Amino acid sequence: MAGVAGSPALAEQGNNLPPNVPEWMKAPGDPMGSQPYGTPSVHEKGVVKNISKTLPQYISASGRTPLQELDGIITPNGLFYERHHGGVPTIDPAEHRLMLHGMVDRPLVFTMEDIRRFPSQSRIHFLECSGNPVYTKPYGKTASDLVGLLSCAEWTGVPLKTVLDEAGLQPGAKWIVAEGADAAALTRSIPIEKCLDDAMLVYSQNGERLRPQQGYPLRLLLPGFEGNMNVKWLRRLKVTAEPAYSREETSKYTDPMPDGTSREFTFYMEAKSIITRPSGGQKLTTHGFHEITGIAWSGHGKIKSVEISFDEGKSWQQAELQEPVLTRALTRFRLPWHWDGTPAVIQSRAIDETGYTQPTLAELVKVRGLNSFYHNNAIWPWRIDANGEVTNAQA
Amino acid sequence: MPRRNLKAAFVVGAIAMLAAAAQADDRYGIGRPATPAEIAGWNIDIGRDGSNLPPGSGSVERGRTVFAEQCAACHGDNGQGGVGDRLVGGQGTLASPKPIRTVGSYWPYASTLFDYIRRAMPQNAPQSLSNEDVYAVSAYILSLNGVVPANAVLDAKSLAAVKMPNREGFVSDPRPDVHNH
Repeated sequence: MAGVAGSPALAEQGNNLPPNVPEWMKAPGDPMGSQPYGTPSVHEKGVVKNISKTLPQYISASGRTPLQELDGIITPNGLFYERHHGGVPTIDPAEHRLMLHGMVDRPLVFTMEDIRRFPSQSRIHFLECSGNPVYTKPYGKTASDLVGLLSCAEWTGVPLKTVLDEAGLQPGAKWIVAEGADAAALTRSIPIEKCLDDAMLVYSQNGERLRPQQGYPLRLLLPGFEGNMNVKWLRRLKVTAEPAYSREETSKYTDPMPDGTSREFTFYMEAKSIITRPSGGQKLTTHGFHEITGIAWSGHGKIKSVEISFDEGKSWQQAELQEPVLTRALTRFRLPWHWDGTPAVIQSRAIDETGYTQPTLAELVKVRGLNSFYHNNAIWPWRIDANGEVTNAQA
Repeated sequence: MPRRNLKAAFVVGAIAMLAAAAQADDRYGIGRPATPAEIAGWNIDIGRDGSNLPPGSGSVERGRTVFAEQCAACHGDNGQGGVGDRLVGGQGTLASPKPIRTVGSYWPYASTLFDYIRRAMPQNAPQSLSNEDVYAVSAYILSLNGVVPANAVLDAKSLAAVKMPNREGFVSDPRPDVHNH
């Protein structure tokens, strides 16, 4: 194996480098309590949400997770992607209420204390915006630019079914209209089957209370469904016989097709993956060993396998999946690789437990055209040039 | 009724009562009843058939004034768009390579327009317009799109009766529709 170990000894120069004693060993560090809520090292201050500086406005907008900077499958709360439609409200939990009404035997009002009294569950699930990324150019330069409206966390709350049983569903109940307590009063209709399956009312994320950007103090979680349906700042659930046909499920979040029709109620996020290292914007500085790693996920369940191609998709090698491989969660994959310095194109594709395989962009566009914004789960290849620079191979 | 069936009916009834009791036991007794007044205050979503539309009415004429004051800064003087979405035009473009999606060309239900304006607009002061002004602005935007006449006055009944041009334009989700080969 080529590398530093095999090279002739060549000492680096620096006051903090061997054989010198580094300065941070010569005096005590910061005292306990200097940071009551810990933040990352000052040397990591560039690892922040990826927020465009040229948006027309920032009240209904999104900010992306820097996927290429992260390891494992859990997104730190401060880097979790954001999408809001009326800004981030500042809600006093003592004055927040969840109302459950409509086709129920007992319309109820819950305080946050009430919600937390129910038997709780913690589960790890991804959340992804439906428009991640769009189908048309310009395509993003980095993994975050492309699919950074994606994050994964451990969520704690109460199964929605438990709360619905408390009110008693009436015959004919087919949908639940969920409404946020934000300035958009964002409204989406959820099929009752999902509400009775794995839907949760969530108050904590990665062990601490939800951040305001994630719906503090209460949000809906619909594992595998497009992000906007996981209504944040949840204030109302109305059980109905049919959907609300709200603005966010008719004029937005519908998928226009080339023939002029649009698909409605396109809930699931299909299987997808992306290589996060090496990925766009990074540079391989040495020949020799490099680990290829990335993340895969599917709204339809577990990831069964991830394959990697080095030859424009002609042949595929199996990547190793890091445990745990969880339902509707990010799955980390890895493949050892030796880069010999010749230009290369690397790409990953995910296969989920239903047998579905992540398609290419060309295959998607062939069926869906270019008028659609949402549910683009294409393979994204990276090009590595002779200098080691990594760029989007489709840009 | 033969005796055997009567007995069966009793058994079924007893099981139902037991089930009801069990269900009651399964409940946690968490939360309190929502009062009719509380529900009335928050129950703002409008059905696509216009159900839950409030009393009141508004004219295109009044809507023109409200739009100029409350909406034009973001959506343009004539609804042509700006920082906010384009609201007008685009009919007949949805199957073209450059579709223009507006209230007139894309939205399937006029009741959704009332619902959305009332709950979320204007963006800097949502839920600040009176129901009359929400009817009026809805009427004005629909008239700009040629969906209602310039002298229209909309109320719960007439708004619910509006048929939007793209009413039949939506299909259900056929995915998985794309297969990797």
